[in-house]
Amino acid sequence: MKERVPPKKHAWSWRSRAARGLVYQVLALLAVAGVVGFLAHNTQQNMQVRGIQSGFDFLGQAAGFDIGETMIAYDPSQSYGRALWVGVLNTLRVAVVGIVLTTVLGVLVGIGRFSRNALVRGLCYGYVELFRNIPILLQLLMWYLFFVEVLPPPQAAWNVADLFYLSKGGFAFPSPVWGAGHAWASLGALAGVGVGWWWRRRAQAAFEATGQDRNRWAVPVLAVLGGALLGWAAGGAPSEWSVPEQLAFMVDGGISATPEFMAVLVGLVMYTASFIAEVVRGGIQSVSHGQTEAASALGLSRRQQMRLVVLPQALRVIIPPLTNQYLNLTKNSSLAVAIGYPDVVSIANTTLNQTGRAVECIAIIMLVYLSTSLGTSALMNWYNKRVAIMER
Amino acid sequence: MADTFQPVAPRPAPVRTEGFVPWVRRNLFADWKNGLTTVLLVALALVLLPGLADWGLTQAVFPANAEACQAARGSGACWGVITEKWRVIIFGRYPYEQQWRPEIATVLMVAALMLSCVRWFWKPWLALMWLAVLAVFFGLMGGGVLGLEPVRTDLWGGLPLTVMLATLSIFLAFPLAVLVALGRRSNLPAIRTVCVVYIELIRGVPLISVLFMASFMFPLFMPQGMTIDVLVRVLVGITLFAAAYMAEIVRGGLQAIPKGQLEAADTLGLSYWQTQRKIVLPQALAMVVPSMMNNFISIFKDTSLVTIVSLYELTGALSLALNSDVEWRPFKIEAYLFITAIYFTFCFAMSRYSLWVEKQVSVAKTR
Repeated sequence: MKERVPPKKHAWSWRSRAARGLVYQVLALLAVAGVVGFLAHNTQQNMQVRGIQSGFDFLGQAAGFDIGETMIAYDPSQSYGRALWVGVLNTLRVAVVGIVLTTVLGVLVGIGRFSRNALVRGLCYGYVELFRNIPILLQLLMWYLFFVEVLPPPQAAWNVADLFYLSKGGFAFPSPVWGAGHAWASLGALAGVGVGWWWRRRAQAAFEATGQDRNRWAVPVLAVLGGALLGWAAGGAPSEWSVPEQLAFMVDGGISATPEFMAVLVGLVMYTASFIAEVVRGGIQSVSHGQTEAASALGLSRRQQMRLVVLPQALRVIIPPLTNQYLNLTKNSSLAVAIGYPDVVSIANTTLNQTGRAVECIAIIMLVYLSTSLGTSALMNWYNKRVAIMER
Repeated sequence: MADTFQPVAPRPAPVRTEGFVPWVRRNLFADWKNGLTTVLLVALALVLLPGLADWGLTQAVFPANAEACQAARGSGACWGVITEKWRVIIFGRYPYEQQWRPEIATVLMVAALMLSCVRWFWKPWLALMWLAVLAVFFGLMGGGVLGLEPVRTDLWGGLPLTVMLATLSIFLAFPLAVLVALGRRSNLPAIRTVCVVYIELIRGVPLISVLFMASFMFPLFMPQGMTIDVLVRVLVGITLFAAAYMAEIVRGGLQAIPKGQLEAADTLGLSYWQTQRKIVLPQALAMVVPSMMNNFISIFKDTSLVTIVSLYELTGALSLALNSDVEWRPFKIEAYLFITAIYFTFCFAMSRYSLWVEKQVSVAKTR
């Protein structure tokens, strides 16, 4: 019998799936390129006709406007580039402080929804529903109104123990006067972190080898505190504090946060915390009750159940949406422009109005947020990978 | 031997676990810590609530009387500012005599939205009804037909604008989002890349930068001599922004469809689009309804941002009403509370509805 020759496989056909795919892709790319080219061409023509200059050379020119609050030295004779940098730092400041505070508040409220006390449960539920359902812009505007109109003037500031003052002038609190000793203290604390990390690794290794669970918090915390204290003592123990004082028309001294900063901060923290509370609640609920029961059948204490069984599993569910909330907070900080906090959007907006370079200014805003977002999500993805389940 | 029958002592009646008293004991005074929390919270409420009630009700001024409001300042709320200004807050700069038009248009739109939430109306003709509603809405708002006086779009404002921006951008963004989500899951690298870049780019920047782009850069993008209404530009901006977020939600649903179903569809000889339309999308979209509703809520809230690019929707109309009026400006907080209540009503209703839908979906799944 003659052996059957298998039909010759066509290496290439215009009717194959691959070919069609290629055609679609080429068409899609052409369409995208066409649209982008069309817009770019129009933009160029429009700019020529209207006499708009382009390019980033304006970054070197003198800005000529003052900025209400700066973290680095700045005056109007300095360049637009410097002004924008001041704005970026202001954005980062409100975002970093906000993320820390909102995490604390959000986790507390989220856990509060499991409280055994009905009033606490109700309060947390009410908080979440109220703050989640009002636009953040409106909340910021209302907080701003609260900080600049409802609060008493500085001469009648609300104060706690003559250390903290809250008034229309902002929020003032004491701060240590920076000395060489503080640098040493920071170094000492850093060394303490190293020691603490080493201790935790050893404790983990010992736990996995012998099953003996040692306390993993006491030693690291003591190491950090002790390191800071040693460094501080070695640096000459500077103990000078700058304490705010109430003067005739203002509160002076210490560190003072402006009403704009406070309004943005409080608004963002309260708003985002309501979302984080829901994320935390969802995470804890996702761990089935059987797990807790199994853990207690194994004889684990309540704390151990939480730490060894429930939390590691809840964290996996919590972290991705939590990252999103951090990013949302950072992006929402751009609304500060509505109440005059000099963040990067507000300064870029002023720059845009002064120089007319719309394309460049908006590109700068987008670039700043895009890099922050991508940076944060890279960091959180790395952490997420660490706590994720190792599957097969 | 006299054996007398000795009954065992009766068992105590079972402890009541239902009803008010046991509930209070369990939920408010379970142990000393619990009880202390309850006492502290009640005490706090007793300190705060009377003051609040005084401010909001007993000491408050309701008629639109600026002097009375000024006199009550600090001790009582001035709800008179709402009595005086509500028309500007709700309708923005729309000509006063013509305000019945946005009134009807808004009522119509909100009614259509509410009808669309009811299961019985989920029929093909719902789409036709929406086309009609939108036509009537724009006819009423814009005028120029049936003898209605034309009203320029930059005079539109307040609640009609908020509702219209939210509804239209949801309608427009949804199909785009489905396409982009499919594109992101496509086997074709070029299409996938385009979709990923679009989604990540938009999701990485705040809405306000997209709105700035729509209001400052869009005019530069257009061919010379062609101008596009600012309302349309902002609508395009919000739509593009919302579509990126929705696409990620849809993608979540697509990923949850087991691969076996796609292979089965291939075996049956269904084409790519048939597979998506008949097998994948119906399941995927049903799965993501709750997160989609959350997204709709955030789009509704986000429309408040257009006030930053000078469109007078609800938030913007409020500033418009009060900023230039020295007499009423001090009572902005009461006006803010008023629009807060409006936003809250809309968003809270939507979130309740989403819970209901979620329950429906999970009922459908249990057998």
